[in-house]
Amino acid sequence: MPKKHQLSKDRLVWMFTQMVRIREFEEAVKRAFIEHPGVIRGHAHLGDGAEASIVGSLSTRNKTDLAMPSYRCHGYPIVLGTPLRKMMAEVFGRKDGLCKGFGGSMHLADPAHHFPGTSGIIGQSIAHATGAALTAQVKKTGQVVYCFFGDGASKQGAFFESVNMAAVWKLPIVYVLENNQYQAYTHFSLEDANAVAGDPLSKKAAAFSIPGVTVDGTDPVAVHKAVSKAADRARAGKGPSLVETKFYRLSAHGNVITVPPLPTQFPEHEAVAVYGNKKEFAQWKAKDPVVKFRSRLIKTRALTEANAKRIEDAARAEVKDAVEFALASPLPAPEEAVNYVYA
Amino acid sequence: MAREMMYMDAINAAIIEEMQRDENVIFYGQNMAMTERDPMLKKFGKDRVRLTPISETAEIGIGIGAAMTGLRPIVELWMSEFMLVAFAQVLNEAPRLRYMSGGQVKVPLVLKAGFGFCAGWAGQHSNCIYHSMMGIPGLKVVVPSTPADAKGLMAAAIRDDNPVVYLHSYMLTLDKGQVPDGEYVVPLGVADVKRAGTDITIVAVGWMVKKAMAAAERLAQEGISAEVVDPRSLAPLDVKTIVASVKKTGRVVLVDQAPRHSSAAAVIAGEIAEHAFEHLRAPVKMVTALDASVPYSEPLENFVVPNEEKIVQAVKAVLANQEVAA
Repeated sequence: MPKKHQLSKDRLVWMFTQMVRIREFEEAVKRAFIEHPGVIRGHAHLGDGAEASIVGSLSTRNKTDLAMPSYRCHGYPIVLGTPLRKMMAEVFGRKDGLCKGFGGSMHLADPAHHFPGTSGIIGQSIAHATGAALTAQVKKTGQVVYCFFGDGASKQGAFFESVNMAAVWKLPIVYVLENNQYQAYTHFSLEDANAVAGDPLSKKAAAFSIPGVTVDGTDPVAVHKAVSKAADRARAGKGPSLVETKFYRLSAHGNVITVPPLPTQFPEHEAVAVYGNKKEFAQWKAKDPVVKFRSRLIKTRALTEANAKRIEDAARAEVKDAVEFALASPLPAPEEAVNYVYA
Repeated sequence: MAREMMYMDAINAAIIEEMQRDENVIFYGQNMAMTERDPMLKKFGKDRVRLTPISETAEIGIGIGAAMTGLRPIVELWMSEFMLVAFAQVLNEAPRLRYMSGGQVKVPLVLKAGFGFCAGWAGQHSNCIYHSMMGIPGLKVVVPSTPADAKGLMAAAIRDDNPVVYLHSYMLTLDKGQVPDGEYVVPLGVADVKRAGTDITIVAVGWMVKKAMAAAERLAQEGISAEVVDPRSLAPLDVKTIVASVKKTGRVVLVDQAPRHSSAAAVIAGEIAEHAFEHLRAPVKMVTALDASVPYSEPLENFVVPNEEKIVQAVKAVLANQEVAA
């Protein structure tokens, strides 16, 4: 790893802190379905299990670089500095939400924090992220775009078309294929040609003659290393790379799809609920990236037990405050609905 | 000052002028800027004028992402049906992102495409697909019918902060007309009374404006005064101007190259029914394409698509308040 990408103790602790904040936020969203039924409408998708991939990737960014993920979008703005209060208020559909209650969980946007917006339709935002990289190239801003999407999205036409164009135009973008192993409810081995052949999904990069690498997505340092290289390449004007971060989504795809007034909450993970594979779930649960990184930092003395506890308590308090803020925030006035249709 | 110009040249003039005016405007699409001899490439350089592969989803989606982050892309899509390959981006991405973000982002994007090519292009390249776009909040749709409007609407589309689908009629490509020199902007959402009249209103779209004007000329010779209204923008639709004309004449024929139920005419008929019913002295009449795909062979094609004669007959029927076959 080039020296500039060496991770200092402080940086490692920062990474752990962000991972804990994401985890606490996602667990609070999940609990809200039980503790505050009806407060979250529609469909919410959580990033627990993705913390190492998100933080490892974004730990390589310069301060004006952009992050553009899919609808499973809570984790990224947490790292970018979006206030959790505004995020939770948006998930709760409140007036003080990031998007004033117009988007909800799937459509967080915070351009002021380098998070231009998200699409709820699988794969489509890969093209938008590629367009943001075109802006960076044309306007010579020096920005790199971090485009996150799942294993399911890597089968969309938008993926193939966008990566091809990014490669032809040598756009400053890093494609992070977050292989959390389940496309909604379907295991990736059932629908991915590379997987069927026993190959990593990063093999898709070969079709575009760009670098493709698969890393342990439960290890933020490994992700940092791979994404650093890809970001350096993008910054040097050499074009895109594909990094497959392989990890495991620890929650189900989303809350159960019900019709009001039937309540909804997060069901058991698909591995157990659909495939009856308790062993698989237990094996990956044992590789929980947050737990793993915590014990590694303690073992390498980057972090003391007391400091780890302090970080966790602080994150819990921050998220608790965000939930209280969101619950206290008023619902939007109905007639607001006609705003923002046109600029 | 104005000069005579072809419709297609007027479109290009607007693109060039706007690209000169604002360096954030970029222009790309398939089969363009392929060699260094390309005049647009020479003028604006390879950053701003680009060739793309046949990848509509990426072309439009990249335009959206570029627009969200500070550029004003014009995507050359050639034929409107090619957009159907990427309709998720057109209908469910471009117009939604601003709204879903609570007004935080804007998407100043122009999707340029020709439509309604009735010259033997058969079922998949001759269609009018604007109806499916004009009902999507957040999306604007314009259909110029004259060289002057072609220029002015393109300039307005590029300057607008919203996604605009700019549909130019292939059948008008070579038509000539007076076009103002220099900066000329036709505001979006404003209809134009192309010919004033008192007996009946003809609302027509795109190529059909030309047919309606010819029909009105013929009717004038028979002592019938037809007013021709061109909405120019289908979204937002200038209901006010259309309704004002109908209130004045009390009669209306709606002419549209699209099939009846996927026509702009059907939408306009609804607005007239709601806002001008008590002023109507005869039922609304729609002259649209027949409910058939556009066929290849010339007599078949002519039979399906509206023409001057059908407009004249419809006007006479409405004036006689008689029911005739559509």
